[in-house]
Amino acid sequence: MAELSYRDAVARGIAQEMERDERVVFLGEDVGKPGGVFKATVGLYDRFGPKRVRDTPISEQAILGAAMGAAMTGLRPIAEIMFSDFLAVCFDFIANEFPKVRYMTNGQLGCPLVVRTGNGAGSRFGAQHSQSVENWSMMIPGLKVVAPSSPVDVVGLLAASVRDQNPVIFYEHKSLYAVKGEVPDGEIFDTLGTAKILRPGRHATILALALMVPRALEAAEVLARDHGIDCEVIDVRSLVPLDTQTILESVAKTGRLFTVEENPRLLGWGAEIASIAADEAFYDLDGPIVRITTPHIPLPAADNLEDMVLPTPKRIVEKIIRSMN
Amino acid sequence: MNTSSIDAIANDDIGADKRRELFRLQVEIRLFEKRAYDLFLQNLVKGTSHLSLGQEAIAAGFAGAMQKGDLSFCTYRGHAHTLARGTSMEKVLGELMQRDNGLMRGKGGSMHLTSAEHGVMGSYAIIGAHLPIACGSAWRAQYLGQDDVTTCFFGDGTTNIGTFHEALNFAKVWMLPIVFVCENNLYMEYTPIGEVTAVRHPAADRASAYGLESIIVDGNDADAVFRTAQAAFAKARAGGGPSLIECKTYRHSGHSRADPGAYRPKGELEEWLKHDPIKLYRQRLADFGIAEAEIATIEQRVEAQVNEATEACKASLPPPEDILCTDVYADGGWAWRN
Repeated sequence: MAELSYRDAVARGIAQEMERDERVVFLGEDVGKPGGVFKATVGLYDRFGPKRVRDTPISEQAILGAAMGAAMTGLRPIAEIMFSDFLAVCFDFIANEFPKVRYMTNGQLGCPLVVRTGNGAGSRFGAQHSQSVENWSMMIPGLKVVAPSSPVDVVGLLAASVRDQNPVIFYEHKSLYAVKGEVPDGEIFDTLGTAKILRPGRHATILALALMVPRALEAAEVLARDHGIDCEVIDVRSLVPLDTQTILESVAKTGRLFTVEENPRLLGWGAEIASIAADEAFYDLDGPIVRITTPHIPLPAADNLEDMVLPTPKRIVEKIIRSMN
Repeated sequence: MNTSSIDAIANDDIGADKRRELFRLQVEIRLFEKRAYDLFLQNLVKGTSHLSLGQEAIAAGFAGAMQKGDLSFCTYRGHAHTLARGTSMEKVLGELMQRDNGLMRGKGGSMHLTSAEHGVMGSYAIIGAHLPIACGSAWRAQYLGQDDVTTCFFGDGTTNIGTFHEALNFAKVWMLPIVFVCENNLYMEYTPIGEVTAVRHPAADRASAYGLESIIVDGNDADAVFRTAQAAFAKARAGGGPSLIECKTYRHSGHSRADPGAYRPKGELEEWLKHDPIKLYRQRLADFGIAEAEIATIEQRVEAQVNEATEACKASLPPPEDILCTDVYADGGWAWRN
């Protein structure tokens, strides 16, 4: 067991899979010799060499296209898109190419690859380098969508993503890169489509993803300590496939559902889950489903303003108290 | 037969068998496309369709120079390239007619023809997307030390989209075994390519920006195409990296089913019909001593095959409803939740 940062866990996960399978290759901008702009891939170039760890030009479409062509013909590429905001410049591959090829060809071809990307706010980078865009990919049939919140989940879910036969968009939260956590020695392999109950509770269910997970946990501690509200906190981890079973079982137990989302309000991932719960757990619910989100605005750069818009433990506590009383 | 044609035969680098093959492929594409057009008019081909009438020599010349295992990527104007690799006419026509006997059982349609077993790695309908994808295929060959070459076909309109430029730079920097083929048929869709392009030769004039040789070939002459393809494939197989080839050609029909081609200046089509690839190649076979009777037999045989394919497709049912939700994910199904 070693303590590892979230960023080191990325490199460890990639290395584990490259070690296991020669077909795993890694490409992206500044990922090789420089070790990644977030230093999440340090050491891979030295360990696996320039043939398997490839620096690319600033050509996001070429990166994703090349990853797809390699995946279709036998490799298992991991491609990095530096900031998830940049998915918009190569969205054809995310929306039209990766997820459609298997269906359109009646199963003749597949697209087993992973796109890793730095997601989320907190770095004061402003509106085009801070977004939380996991919902962009959630709405596209044929993709899988993963967003881990802890170093151990980074390794295990990355391994699962690389071994999955489908295109997986893997959202790493930039504000979690420095966070440390215990990671067991040896091979780690997790399962996509499994949510994790991080804190059992009786009175309310809080769903969170990525950076919102530690905030939800902190809020749950305050709610229990100061307000006598015992919350169950679930890290959703994977939006597609979605572990609705764990979520609905929790709602059946607690009778209340809150989502904590970094997406701007409209059609954030929690909206879909709220809809599922309304359809399938309506009679388990003792009150309205409440979504705690970023408002429907672009993200500001200034630290005080950025801090205002993301859900904080304080805001989560306030929202839940108001709704529970 | 005169002395000069005897000399030509003696020095022929292509050979009678290959010429017969190139002719047969062109005739197959021509008759298939004409039939597809006729079936539109009967509302038996559904959706849209983009014919390669007039551009047959490019598909035939390149496919004729490919080896088994070489991979091709093409656009929504892909019937020709799919057939040229040996895919059955029935399966291609079945897909156009959206029947159960189609290549993808009607799940892809005319713009996405794919026959992986023949090395046809898909027809891509978002302009330019397949250039980077084809780079990935070539990268796989390079990485695994396999000696296949990837060919990527696209139209002149593609030279003005970003992926064209990203892919050429990428392929050159990584020295990938890939051949990019621009079929310049003079019109991007309805607009003449010259009106919207900064250079005269939309692909060839861009080659130097990516450290590539400027190559222009008569795309209506299957021999010229074949020789150019052979040279590019040999270079790629020898580790010499990518090539970009601009084939000058002309599409005899409109852009798609919806387009009668009314924007073309009067007389332009007639001029190009004088330079029709099949007419030209028919004469070529005769020049190289292949008897008229044999040429006619090839044509008749292909026509019979087109008729057979048509009847088989008419007899095939629409796809069954139980394939609606298959192959969304690799487990064969479409489940996104438990």
